[in-house]
Amino acid sequence: MRKPYVRPMTRWWRRDPYFVRYMWREATALAVAAYAVVLTVGVWRLAQGQAAFDGWLQALRSWPSIVFHLVLLAAMVIHAVSWFEIMPKTMPMLFVDGERVPAATITRAGLVTAVAAALALFALAWMLKP
Amino acid sequence: MTPNPPRSHAPIFWGLFGAGGMLSALFGPMLVLITGVLVPLGLLLPPDYMSYPRMLAFAQNWIGKEFLFFVISLFAWHAAHRIFYSLHDVGVHAGPVARLLCYGAALVVTLVVGGSLLAIGW
Amino acid sequence: MKTIPIQVLRYRPEQDAEPWWQKFDLPYTDDMSVLQGLLAIKDDFDGSLSLRWTCRMAICGSCGVMIDGKPRLGCKTFLRDYAPAGLRVEPLAHFPIERDLVVNIEDFIDKLESITPYIVPKEPRTLEQGEYLQTPHELELFEQYSSCINCLLCYAACPQYGLNDKFVGPAALALLHRYNADSRDGARQERMQIVNAKVGVWSCTAVGYCSEVCPKGVDPANAVNQNKVASAKDYFLRFVAPKGAAR
Repeated sequence: MRKPYVRPMTRWWRRDPYFVRYMWREATALAVAAYAVVLTVGVWRLAQGQAAFDGWLQALRSWPSIVFHLVLLAAMVIHAVSWFEIMPKTMPMLFVDGERVPAATITRAGLVTAVAAALALFALAWMLKP
Repeated sequence: MTPNPPRSHAPIFWGLFGAGGMLSALFGPMLVLITGVLVPLGLLLPPDYMSYPRMLAFAQNWIGKEFLFFVISLFAWHAAHRIFYSLHDVGVHAGPVARLLCYGAALVVTLVVGGSLLAIGW
Repeated sequence: MKTIPIQVLRYRPEQDAEPWWQKFDLPYTDDMSVLQGLLAIKDDFDGSLSLRWTCRMAICGSCGVMIDGKPRLGCKTFLRDYAPAGLRVEPLAHFPIERDLVVNIEDFIDKLESITPYIVPKEPRTLEQGEYLQTPHELELFEQYSSCINCLLCYAACPQYGLNDKFVGPAALALLHRYNADSRDGARQERMQIVNAKVGVWSCTAVGYCSEVCPKGVDPANAVNQNKVASAKDYFLRFVAPKGAAR
């Protein structure tokens, strides 16, 4: 007789470290969302005038906010690293001088670009100091 | 497998997800560091770096407007797409309500930022 | 002879309400694969243990199992690597268990059949015209994806398939891509219907574990995710280019 047994998927992501890392990667979206909301409130306050915007600035100077942003920073870094790790999967085969470009090379190029972009952004910010 | 399955509209949201993901991967960490840590603490950059007159001038500028609009809204659309699919991953039914909440939130962010930037003017 | 503790998940539909663990202290040598261990259990301890196997050399794709929770080929995994702590062997994840280590793979067979798994010549040639010629580069574009042995380790690795078995899945989509990437084939537009569907590439969230466990280096994650770009192009350019022209 046949009586196929279907195993449940509950807590599947705890079964393997690979899945745990995947869930951390997905969780970084919460940080990206949180930061977008912080900036949205900032732009909204900016439109409401000096007093409102100064309130937003004041909130950013509080210790809970600083700690919160350090957590967001860690999450953003995890996002960036995991983004370039998976990016080669979305690309068709690349060839340079007839040789296949390995995925690791693409990832490394992405990470280098990310570091360069971060430094360029800081340099730009530096040049725009009052 | 049903013959001729209906075409998914995922490409629209996936495109926004990809654009936002790339922007946040390249610029997210430094933006968070500058706006959330360095300027509030006055480290490396002065504490008045983001003062109202300076930020107003930035937001009134065409480049500043586009920067703020695209960074903030694309970050939101990226996050909305990933959070929606993650709900499915953790067993929450990924139906129309979840879809509306996730993408709706991104739309709200987009409209608030867009509206605010228009209100700020030039 | 030294022994290794091995636990095997048993399930006999006519007797058992649920699967249960059977434990052995299995005598083994350093050259024994897990498959050989399972066959030794069947020969010397419990002849009722049911399992699939054929070639013993990682080409038939029959002996896929979960070893300590990871999808592996039994013939390509060695008992010595799990000594002295031992190992747990279960049937491939995300498939219904028929009996012991044998799972029901009919769903996968249906999916394979659905993706037009053969070359539909772009420019048909008669016998007199001779073979279809391809450069080594044209071969390289699809050869990796043709290495699939249908072992289903990728489906056992894929949580999206586990959560929704309507998802076409890694191996079937890799094979679909194998044909789309073949310069001789002309049925790309037909196959795009499956690619573009919700159960096509759009159920994949790029976990990537499928490619990690593939014993043949097929890289199904790459086959699926590069087709997200192809699907997006198809979605946006369909108003611009007539059907079949978008390449």
